[in-house]
Amino acid sequence: MPAAEPFVFQGCVQVCELLAHQAHDARELLEQVRRAPAESIFCHTSVLLVHRPPQPDAYPNDFAMWADTELRDRRLTERLAAIDPFRLGSIESVRAELVSTLEHHLQQLSAAPTRAGEPFQFLQYHLVPVPTGHQVRTLREFRDALAEVDVSALFFHIVEARYRLGHGRGDFAEWVDTALGRHELAERLSHIDPYAGTLERVRERHLIALNRALEEEAEP
Amino acid sequence: MNGLGVKLDDYRAVAPRGSVDFMLRIAERLKGRRVVQVSVSRYGGSAEMLNRLVPILNNLGIETSWEIIIGTADFDAIVKAVDKGLSGVEQVVTEAMLARLHATCASNARRLPLDADLVMVHDAAALLLVEGRPPAGRWLWRYHGNLSAPQPQLWNALRPFADKYDAAVFSIATFAAPLSIRRFLILPSIDPLSERNREMSRGEQSRQLERLGVRVDKPILLQVGAFERLQDPLGVVNAYRLVKMHHDVRLVLAGPAPGPASVFAEVQEAASQDADITIVVLPPDPQSELNALERAATIVLQKPLFTGFGADVAAAMWKGKPVVGSLAGGIPAQIVSRVTGYTVETVEGAAFRIRHLLNNPELIGRMGAAGREHVRRNFLITRHLGDYLALLAHLSG
Repeated sequence: MPAAEPFVFQGCVQVCELLAHQAHDARELLEQVRRAPAESIFCHTSVLLVHRPPQPDAYPNDFAMWADTELRDRRLTERLAAIDPFRLGSIESVRAELVSTLEHHLQQLSAAPTRAGEPFQFLQYHLVPVPTGHQVRTLREFRDALAEVDVSALFFHIVEARYRLGHGRGDFAEWVDTALGRHELAERLSHIDPYAGTLERVRERHLIALNRALEEEAEP
Repeated sequence: MNGLGVKLDDYRAVAPRGSVDFMLRIAERLKGRRVVQVSVSRYGGSAEMLNRLVPILNNLGIETSWEIIIGTADFDAIVKAVDKGLSGVEQVVTEAMLARLHATCASNARRLPLDADLVMVHDAAALLLVEGRPPAGRWLWRYHGNLSAPQPQLWNALRPFADKYDAAVFSIATFAAPLSIRRFLILPSIDPLSERNREMSRGEQSRQLERLGVRVDKPILLQVGAFERLQDPLGVVNAYRLVKMHHDVRLVLAGPAPGPASVFAEVQEAASQDADITIVVLPPDPQSELNALERAATIVLQKPLFTGFGADVAAAMWKGKPVVGSLAGGIPAQIVSRVTGYTVETVEGAAFRIRHLLNNPELIGRMGAAGREHVRRNFLITRHLGDYLALLAHLSG
């Protein structure tokens, strides 16, 4: 049964802006995390998903990657890497968790914090949403469109929608549930971890779930 | 394929899935906007990419012109001195030279049609053009080099002009100078359809290699770069010697005809004692030669002590080669260490990583494939075009 409300795929392009904020050690990082614009915190915890190198075991945010490569502080790296923007639900909650992690780390230090070789440079991405031209009403059309859209559409509907715009479980799961009435499938889609490797891998996981649902539908 | 007549559609087979159609959609939104690109030459680094991007933008309905600053006979020498000075190499740039730069930019500002939604001024020597900017339109200064440690007096004289732009665009964060205007980042890119990077048949590759005197009977280590101390060809020879103790390989050092500051004689001396070192002096514009050499390589080295962005790394990764590179310039921004190759700090580190790869040949294939995908997503001209369109949309509303 086609949905009354179509799903309109949106992709996005990004403009990367270099901000004046920078940090040379964990103490400065704490100060700058407190002051940096929310969009910058979003950028360093999520936008790398779009540009992520093919490194399955890479740390999931820029703060952890910097603590690893520049401060060579394993303890801080692992704690920063454990910050999960999806569980926290909003950028300000992520900022609070970053601040708390860094404060705790600095309290435990017995010496001055290590100086980094290269400072942490705060960036901000300006997202420009653009419709991809795919508008679908059935699950099959949805699967076919998802297979061919620009990968930035996955970022927009899963990460941007859910974490920055506060659309709960993400646009895909939301539409499958409310427009198609497929509650179980929506549940499955909402549990796909966007940080499980690259966005192409996230696309594959969505396609596997959608193909399975379509096969089940076809069975007598 | 030269830049003329290039269309976005030509990139469908090599660009990431869905990206060409998506780019067409973005361009649809921006149709009718006018862009002017200004540079000091139609040749060289930044011009190479404009050669491709300008026809593609026009083909997408974004009216784009490319204007060149015309100067007097001494202008080229001033451009070179300013470029070197801003990259941190001490130069003598006199008041008279700066006055000439000022006068040249002022006369070009009067002559050139600079009325557009977005004016992108490339290179340092064109910077002063901003003095003659019309009231409408947004102006961007695109500096392609490394401005992190410029010659202070020179930068003090030029910086007030940079601050008159709406924004500056740098290649990576570490190349940016502090400015009072907004600063954006756009990574350079390679063109997968250019002579340097297009697919090449085995027959054509063999003919090129034969002509260059390169034998392919053993694994090849390749470094492409000038025979100058800053490119560290002697360090590469020493790394090769450490590898050679354990592996029967060839080293190919390929670079342009040596200039006065070269260490060519020393490299030749090293090569004269080892039949497995091949020195290739490249002809002018050696695009197909480099294509063949990179495809023949087993592992590519890029071990300069100082460099700009160094897009040779992306060109090698596009051909599925793991790259062992130094931490200079933009090299660490391209290599994902342990995934697409390795970044190293010493001759010994380079030798160790090369030996590791030769001892684990399956890694060579895996890293090469990962490198090609990394370039496909992040360093192709299609991504570059997307960045331009995004910037145009962001700045011109």
